[in-house]
Amino acid sequence: MEKILLLTISFISLTCYSQPDANSILDKVDKNMSSKNRVFESEMTIHGRRSSRTITARSYSVGTKQSFTEYLSPAREQGTKMLKLEKQLWIYSPSTDRIIQISGNMLRQSVMGSDLSYEDMMDDRKLTDIYTAKVSGNETIDGRNTYILELTAKVEDATYYSQKIWVDAEHFVPLKQELFAKGGQLLKRITLSGIKLIQGRWFPTSAVYKDVLKEGAGTEFKMTSVKFDQNIPDYIFTKAALKQ
Amino acid sequence: MLAFKLAFKNLMGAGLRTWLNVSVLSFAFVIIVFYNGMIDGWNRQSRIDTRNWEIGDGQYWHPGYDRLDAYTINDAHQVMSDEILSDVKNKNLAPVLIAQATAYPLGRMEGVLLKGIDPEQIILKLPSDKLKPSDDHDYAIIGKRMAESAKLKMGDKLLIRWRDKNGTFDAREIEIASIFKCDVPNVDKGQIYLRLDVLQKMMGMGNEATLLVAGNGFQTRNLKNWDLKNSDFLMSDIDRIIQAKKAGGSIIEGLLLIIALIAIFDTQVLSIFRRQKEIGTYIALGMTRPQVVGIFTVEGAAYSILATLLGAAYGIPLFMLIDKLGISMKAARTTDLPVAEKIFPYYSFNLILITIIIVIISATIVSYMPARKISKMKPTDALKGKLA
Repeated sequence: MEKILLLTISFISLTCYSQPDANSILDKVDKNMSSKNRVFESEMTIHGRRSSRTITARSYSVGTKQSFTEYLSPAREQGTKMLKLEKQLWIYSPSTDRIIQISGNMLRQSVMGSDLSYEDMMDDRKLTDIYTAKVSGNETIDGRNTYILELTAKVEDATYYSQKIWVDAEHFVPLKQELFAKGGQLLKRITLSGIKLIQGRWFPTSAVYKDVLKEGAGTEFKMTSVKFDQNIPDYIFTKAALKQ
Repeated sequence: MLAFKLAFKNLMGAGLRTWLNVSVLSFAFVIIVFYNGMIDGWNRQSRIDTRNWEIGDGQYWHPGYDRLDAYTINDAHQVMSDEILSDVKNKNLAPVLIAQATAYPLGRMEGVLLKGIDPEQIILKLPSDKLKPSDDHDYAIIGKRMAESAKLKMGDKLLIRWRDKNGTFDAREIEIASIFKCDVPNVDKGQIYLRLDVLQKMMGMGNEATLLVAGNGFQTRNLKNWDLKNSDFLMSDIDRIIQAKKAGGSIIEGLLLIIALIAIFDTQVLSIFRRQKEIGTYIALGMTRPQVVGIFTVEGAAYSILATLLGAAYGIPLFMLIDKLGISMKAARTTDLPVAEKIFPYYSFNLILITIIIVIISATIVSYMPARKISKMKPTDALKGKLA
């Protein structure tokens, strides 16, 4: 009897050791993924039916409320700028020299034909603020051990009611994410890679976004350089900066 | 009376010249009547269709709603009071809840408006009775334009994704229960109609609506927290377009009329030059100069009367034929204007009368202008054929 009790306690201890608390995993993920601010340059490759095109951009973001993106190439998109303040989004197009506000139905349209909608780009709160998590298993992805976390919204205004997220067991960075609608329909799948240690945090520098409701090979998003906690001047996040 | 007799005698005597002038003027007359008739016919058809399919006998809007501003849709919804629900039950009001969504036809992404309507409503011509209660999935009706753009047919399933009142994504497959044919693009393009209760549930907006459409049995009155929008306001866009079309058409009509009037003016100048001896004879026989001016003015004005008669002679059968066949407007149906596949011109008595008056007055004025020269003529010089 004593042996059975000992074995049970040992098994529970081992289980607890191998499966850390889901919320602590999520907290570690947030610590890696969230920062006070970040400045990065990126390449977004959009795969269309006939061809693919790559757009490069430089972005500045502060927390979840402010972000500014300037498109650097191709020539057709060069100079296009995007400003997000709270829940509002403006776009400046150099060809028309006009600033237009994106709202309502337009927010649901894809960004430059990609698998990302404007509203996807606008929602970047910490996972721990939105979801309660539970560990549902382990899986190996590309030779990396991962914890599978099932996240369910604890707030009413979560963009995605639930998520399934595969977190690297060593670096605590998501390697794969599946985003679900309230009714359980899978909406998006994000595959992350290129994990690098940047300024003391592990961060994925590549992602493939796939809107599973839409045909196509998805959109590749690659950060060519990323810097955290920089001194970003306040004027960057003003409408005046769009026309500069 | 003498002036009229002489005028018509001279016109008939002028032969081909008269008929050329009359033909050109009658053409301008027929074109003016036809174009205005076509615009009036379009206007009538648009107003009737817009009333039947979209606006009813007026609407009540959530104070924050603006149909031209997509930004307002998210927040423009509120609970209907018992008073309103009673009118809905009596089919005097038809509530409509509007929400934005994304549809995925054939793997493409398309922004759409979801509209929740009462399946039992009879105010709008929308076939809402085809919205069956939900079983394993929900049913929707769409217009022909929407069906063509999304390549959908009856019985097809369509995946839609939307955000509920809290901003959380949800997605569901709906089945197309019916495709209606409607001439008002505003109720068709990019729109999917669901049962009101289904959309309320999807959005988490129980018993709420964005706007209320009034039927003809509704006693127009102020409803608390709802803004009344009357038919004049709701049709103001159509009115503006019709006015712009009329203004654009009046330029062409004016040019046609000017060409005809220049021909009359020219004929009058030539006539006075060639008939100086006749003018001198009239004055020598005791006619006053204003009487002679009158003869020539009536002669010019008579062109317009003949033009009206000639225009009626070929215009009436032509208009009757067009009225029977209609005018194809397929090219204009690509726009957002309410246009039927065929429109039937509407020729009102006022339109014809006003056009006749304009043609007669303008022909009289251009006839009088050269005839004024007669009043300066000396009878002796006129008899000799010398211009004063």
